[in-house]
Amino acid sequence: MPIPKDIVRISDTIWEIPVSHKAGMLVPARIFATETLLSAFDDGVFEQITNVATLPGIVGHACCMPDGHWGYGFPIGGLAAMDPECGVISPGGIGFDINCGMRLCLTNLAYGEVQPRLRNLVDRVAGRVPAGVGEEGTVRVTRDEFRQAVEQGARWAVKRGYGWMEDLERTEEGGCLRGADASRVSEKAVDRGFRQIGTLGSGNHYLEIQVARAENVFDPETARAFGIALPDQVVVMFHCGSRGFGHQVATDYLRVFLAAMRGKYGIHVPDRELACAPFRSPEGQDYFAAMKCAVNMSFVNRQVILHRIREVFSEVFGKDPKDLGMHQVYDVSHNTAKIERHVLGGKPRELLVHRKGATRAFGPGMPGLPDIYRSTGQPVILGGSMETGSYLLAGADTGGCTFFTTAHGSGRAMSRTAARKRYRGRQLQEQLEQRGIYVRTASWSGLAEEAGAAYKNVDDVVEATERAGLSRRVVRLLPVGNVKG
Amino acid sequence: MTPPYRYLEEIATADVAFEARGSTLEETFLAASDATLNTMVEEIGTVAPREHRAFSLAADSLDLLLFELLQELVYRKDAERLLLRVRDLRIEEAGSGYRLDADTTGETIDSRRHSLLADVKAVTLHRLVVERTPDGWRAVVVLDV
Repeated sequence: MPIPKDIVRISDTIWEIPVSHKAGMLVPARIFATETLLSAFDDGVFEQITNVATLPGIVGHACCMPDGHWGYGFPIGGLAAMDPECGVISPGGIGFDINCGMRLCLTNLAYGEVQPRLRNLVDRVAGRVPAGVGEEGTVRVTRDEFRQAVEQGARWAVKRGYGWMEDLERTEEGGCLRGADASRVSEKAVDRGFRQIGTLGSGNHYLEIQVARAENVFDPETARAFGIALPDQVVVMFHCGSRGFGHQVATDYLRVFLAAMRGKYGIHVPDRELACAPFRSPEGQDYFAAMKCAVNMSFVNRQVILHRIREVFSEVFGKDPKDLGMHQVYDVSHNTAKIERHVLGGKPRELLVHRKGATRAFGPGMPGLPDIYRSTGQPVILGGSMETGSYLLAGADTGGCTFFTTAHGSGRAMSRTAARKRYRGRQLQEQLEQRGIYVRTASWSGLAEEAGAAYKNVDDVVEATERAGLSRRVVRLLPVGNVKG
Repeated sequence: MTPPYRYLEEIATADVAFEARGSTLEETFLAASDATLNTMVEEIGTVAPREHRAFSLAADSLDLLLFELLQELVYRKDAERLLLRVRDLRIEEAGSGYRLDADTTGETIDSRRHSLLADVKAVTLHRLVVERTPDGWRAVVVLDV
């Protein structure tokens, strides 16, 4: 499907598809992109974001971020806010990998100190953070302990020595979405997840050692507030989610919603993957409480992985992680639904905000930010491809048009199958090594799928978010070592 | 022999979509289960038949029955760390829906012997189809990876 003929240009980065475009649309759809990015959007995005606009109770606009691409149900990069009193909750608006997200950790090391030990660091991290199909983690818990962990979130891990108390305030929602109820979670979900704490997964999940070069610092003052102030400072970024546990929670409730949606609630959606139930219904509330468990599992997972990274750096440099300045900058969630307060039509309202492959980006002064980031706005960690680099952004006070949401990555531009046909993993690894990027992978084909050219240009995506007022650039981070899941 | 499934590049950019075909419904489901396994393992022939699992599943419609079958394989990949290949299956009408009995064999994931690809997170309902064709049956599935 080409760009819809009835799309209206609102500004140079905002495009609107009116409600007249498709029967059943309750609000217009808005795509946040430059004209160049918009023209490269794949077919499914326009169909999917206008489907989202038909969901009962949606308010404002159904939005798609500049890194948007064809997903299932919602497009990746999709955002929808519902009136919690009359609107629905949809697992397809969150994704199977609930709270897939990014975490960024500082060091006080310069690249010159890290470079001679880079291989050792990457190899050790790869050994300490299991990655790939069905991998199990190193944290052994009983099924009951796992149920406690997913109710308590990152605090559960910190209490057991996996991390520092300060990590919690530097994590979205303090590392625990309140109201998680493990009694709403199936045994099958526990079966899939209770051995996977501390694992990376596969696909686009990765762990990367990166460098902040002086020429890539766009806003030195905010960078300093985020802890990046040294020349060629080394940081560690990683991307992973709630593993099999979250995938099963989403699958379980997809079945529940599919059955209840038509018969019990008389809701019809254009794509079954948008299966939904009224938020205030028993099914909606059960899923919300189970989804929160998956959100918390993901926080636990990233908390343990952070601890492993600190262990490895400490071993390799023979220093305590605190002496290596290994503070967490922040942890952001991509795939969630949350109750948040936003201004709509000039009035503050409580809304159920679905974000799928999109990042919350609260502006300066907003409630929910820790004191250290109150004046800067929320740190937003945007992962690019392993070749092109990633960004640390800050939330802007102009982000209200997307309920303070921005992009989450560079966004795929090429299918996995097409990338695998075009690139060879081993060859790619050699090419990257020649460019000073050492990569360890759990899968050669998986590496080929993640080739930089399979993604949109991350600089274009970030520029679009800045021009649209959704977030602003702070630092561009270049990869030097990568563990590919 | 060309496998009775092919991966579709033109839909669902970040995920894996495939089309499976067969002269019977059972063959089509079998091809779809191989396509799912092949999304995780480069050579499905490297998965040795060391373990046996049999299970029964039911659903209201044929497409949801296929969803249940593939989802069961994804579940066992994490819960038991088993890569499973469907060897035999029977599908029959049951009440107002359908029932499936599957015999599967496989083994524990071993990254030294299995060239692993992407971890399948879930089977999606996006564009899920099981339909008759002039020469048999066809299924289209999008997997979240």
